[in-house]
Amino acid sequence: MMVNSSDFDREVEVHWCPGCGNYPALKILKETLTDLNITPNNAVIVTGIGQAGKFSHFIEGNMINGLHGRYLSNALAIKASNPELSVFAISGDGCTYSEGGNHFLHTMRYNPSIVNIVHDNAVYGLTKGQASPTSEIGVKTGVQTLGVYNTPFNPIAVAIAQNASFVARAFVGHAEQTKEILKKAIAHKGYAFIDLFSPCVSFNRINTYQWYRENTYYLEDSYTPFDQKEAIGRALERSKLPLGVFYINERPTYEDNIQIYKNDSRPLWERDLSKEKLKTLINSFR
Amino acid sequence: MAIEFSDSISIVLCGAAGQGIATVETLLTSALKKSGFHVFSTQEFMSRVRGGTNSTTIRVSTNRVQSYCEKIDILVPFTREAVSHVKNRLSSISCIIGNKKLFESNSDAQSCILVDVNYEAVAEEIGHRVYSNSVAVGVLAGLLQTDRQLIAGLMADRFQSKGEKIVNNNIEAVKRGCDLADEIMSSNQLPPLPSLINQPSVSSELYLSGRDAVALGAIAGGCNYVIFYPMAPSTGVGAFLARNRLKFGIVSDQTEDEISAINKAFGAWYAGARALVTTSGGGFALMTEGLSLAGVTEMPLIIHLGQRPGPATGMPTRTEQGDLELVLYSGHGDFPRVIYAPGTLKEAFLMTQQAFNIAAKYQVPVIILTDHYFINTSYNLPSLDYENTIVEKHLIETQSGYQRYQFTEDGISPRGIPGRGEGFIRVDSHTHTQNSQITEDPVIRKNMVDKMFKKLQQLKEVAIKPNFLGNSEDEVLVISWGSTFHNVKGAITELGKKGHSLSYLHFSQVYPIHRSTSDYLKKAKKIVMVENNATGQFAQQLYLEFGIKMTRKVLKYTGYPFSIEELVKELEKELK
Ligand SMILES: Cc1ncc(C[n+]2csc(CCOP(=O)(O)OP(=O)(O)O)c2C)c(N)n1
Ligand code: SF4
Repeated sequence: MMVNSSDFDREVEVHWCPGCGNYPALKILKETLTDLNITPNNAVIVTGIGQAGKFSHFIEGNMINGLHGRYLSNALAIKASNPELSVFAISGDGCTYSEGGNHFLHTMRYNPSIVNIVHDNAVYGLTKGQASPTSEIGVKTGVQTLGVYNTPFNPIAVAIAQNASFVARAFVGHAEQTKEILKKAIAHKGYAFIDLFSPCVSFNRINTYQWYRENTYYLEDSYTPFDQKEAIGRALERSKLPLGVFYINERPTYEDNIQIYKNDSRPLWERDLSKEKLKTLINSFR
Repeated sequence: MAIEFSDSISIVLCGAAGQGIATVETLLTSALKKSGFHVFSTQEFMSRVRGGTNSTTIRVSTNRVQSYCEKIDILVPFTREAVSHVKNRLSSISCIIGNKKLFESNSDAQSCILVDVNYEAVAEEIGHRVYSNSVAVGVLAGLLQTDRQLIAGLMADRFQSKGEKIVNNNIEAVKRGCDLADEIMSSNQLPPLPSLINQPSVSSELYLSGRDAVALGAIAGGCNYVIFYPMAPSTGVGAFLARNRLKFGIVSDQTEDEISAINKAFGAWYAGARALVTTSGGGFALMTEGLSLAGVTEMPLIIHLGQRPGPATGMPTRTEQGDLELVLYSGHGDFPRVIYAPGTLKEAFLMTQQAFNIAAKYQVPVIILTDHYFINTSYNLPSLDYENTIVEKHLIETQSGYQRYQFTEDGISPRGIPGRGEGFIRVDSHTHTQNSQITEDPVIRKNMVDKMFKKLQQLKEVAIKPNFLGNSEDEVLVISWGSTFHNVKGAITELGKKGHSLSYLHFSQVYPIHRSTSDYLKKAKKIVMVENNATGQFAQQLYLEFGIKMTRKVLKYTGYPFSIEELVKELEKELK
């Protein structure tokens, strides 16, 4: 059965501001899934809370729109319960790096085969413009009236340092390149993380489409993403921000490590309790 | 006047963490049960890995024994601190059997019968002091007339992996211990202990703890995903399931924190797994936003909460029933839930099993409340009725156009899961439409809330009845819930022997409360509530629900469980 991009459309009003980076991000995801023949039935979109968190409402298929910060935990358990599903975990930079920071750090260690797309707009969109963990020092907001003074979080460097198994950065303004990165992430076995620059046109007047175009560049074709030290070096560059796949570190996935799918690939819902084994276990207390 | 407990012997092992008291307990209880005696044991220990003073009480009896008494017939001290640690439980009938250096100059020991046995010296004769615990097992087993052949067999099983020499030395140690017991008895150093009668049928009974019963119940309920962040006293349930994970196909996850744990349980149930979260009060407090998420999304969830005294870190290895109001009121917003509080091992098994079916059917969170005392207390019972339990999945294969929150007569929308059927499984933490779209429509909002509370009506119908023991004519009705069951029942039985008739109502489901409760409360002339907490949290619930106040509340919040003796004393006050 061929998948159409329109299979992912929903007849609902989209709540984002005109011009928001989330629109091209949505289009890119729908088209990529279509290209890869992934149907809405075998994908699950798991989101947190925020503007990016509303993503799941605007795409057809299975979805959880869970709590602020906790979507990675939902996503990991879905994959562990049914490895046949393609799981996409999508939310904002505040949701992922701030409220959900601990889950972000630890999901890398588990290495489940899920694709994690973090819409990084360097601001809290939904709650109307406060600083986010990726806001630059000095940025003024209605709350940070004298400018941000906390050091910005560097998600790419952190992920590489933690040996995340796939680490990339993309920009919604570059649809084709972003699709390519996304396809690599989907093909990757293990946790695939993409920090996706996605402008907030209402509250971030600095990091605009124009700004991202001028202040980013793509990692060269000759760059090989397997050297952790070199990758970290690239992640620390600040004058111009590299885009592309920074780091790949193939290793056993969480689904492999939990062992129970080794001899039996059925998802948990298809399995039944063995009363014989239960009987033996109970009798071991005699 | 002290209670006699003439059909049982109470043994206390007391020493420091790391001295192997647990090994002595395991071997001795197993030997006694296999010899056909009824056995009960409970542990109290400090929150440290080495040192301190911990004790285990073992009761051996002719009749079924499931409750805790303070009386000590035999104390085996392992340290100098041991005797003073249990001094309030010692009397002139207590025999202290151990190395005299540990008690000869201790004034707390002087009213007791003292028997000098140097387990270590005997062990060293065999080859090493590590065998002293086996010597102690031998002495106790010998005093209690345990089958000696049987103990040798147990020793062989236990130490098999360590090689033949160690097995033989342990068997020798037990034998030497039994010989010492013979000497002690023939030299008339001990007063006559209550003489016990064993029954062959008991030897093949189960011997398990509250922790085991909850974990076995989870497996019987079809649990295939266990998630926890370690926290006493709940970790044992997770560890039990983790050890059995490959046998039963269970995903076991020691997660990064409790917030993740509850949100993983949520994702697991969403995808069709049957997940259990096990935690204590502090961990549960972190999970409450996730509980609320399960409320609005009508997601099944099972949480085992082993209570310990709070607030905050409180007393990590002590007991309390202080988290009832926490589980009852936790989670922002209104939504239905079910709270079980098993009082017996059988209930713990069956209710944990049933929790999975109730959660799956009604799509609500179910909380199983136990506590340190319940988790760490063991006794023998004939069997667990796993054969008559079934795993009810309550899942459908969806059709295209499926709506997860379709309005239905009874408020229950058929639950589908991703990857099974044509429909899409859309689940939203906002107030949502039937198809999970965010909505702020006041009519839909109200209908969705009403839908949830239609389920509460049905949950009331399937609530477990409180267990009533006694006569409806009795003047005094005693009420308790959860882990206090056997101890309260034990106290009422003792009062019965003195000619007092009290009736007893025990609740193993504390929310929603079964409606038959109202009749019991109305009929009773005097009601005494027994709770292991400071404020009488369940008494408050009964008042809110039925408008009836307790005549007296017997509350204990020292961090320790009620004993039969202290309950007899407390209940007698209402009889005067
Ligand atoms: C526990 C909790 N705290 C706070 C909020 C309020 N809140 C909703 S979205 C958000 C931040 C959104 O920022 P981000 O994650 O960067 O997403 P964006 O809206 O920018 O896409 C906050 C603080 C919440 N929903 N839940
Ligand atoms: S506030 Fe910003 S992030 Fe939110 S929808 Fe508008 S443009 Fe997008």
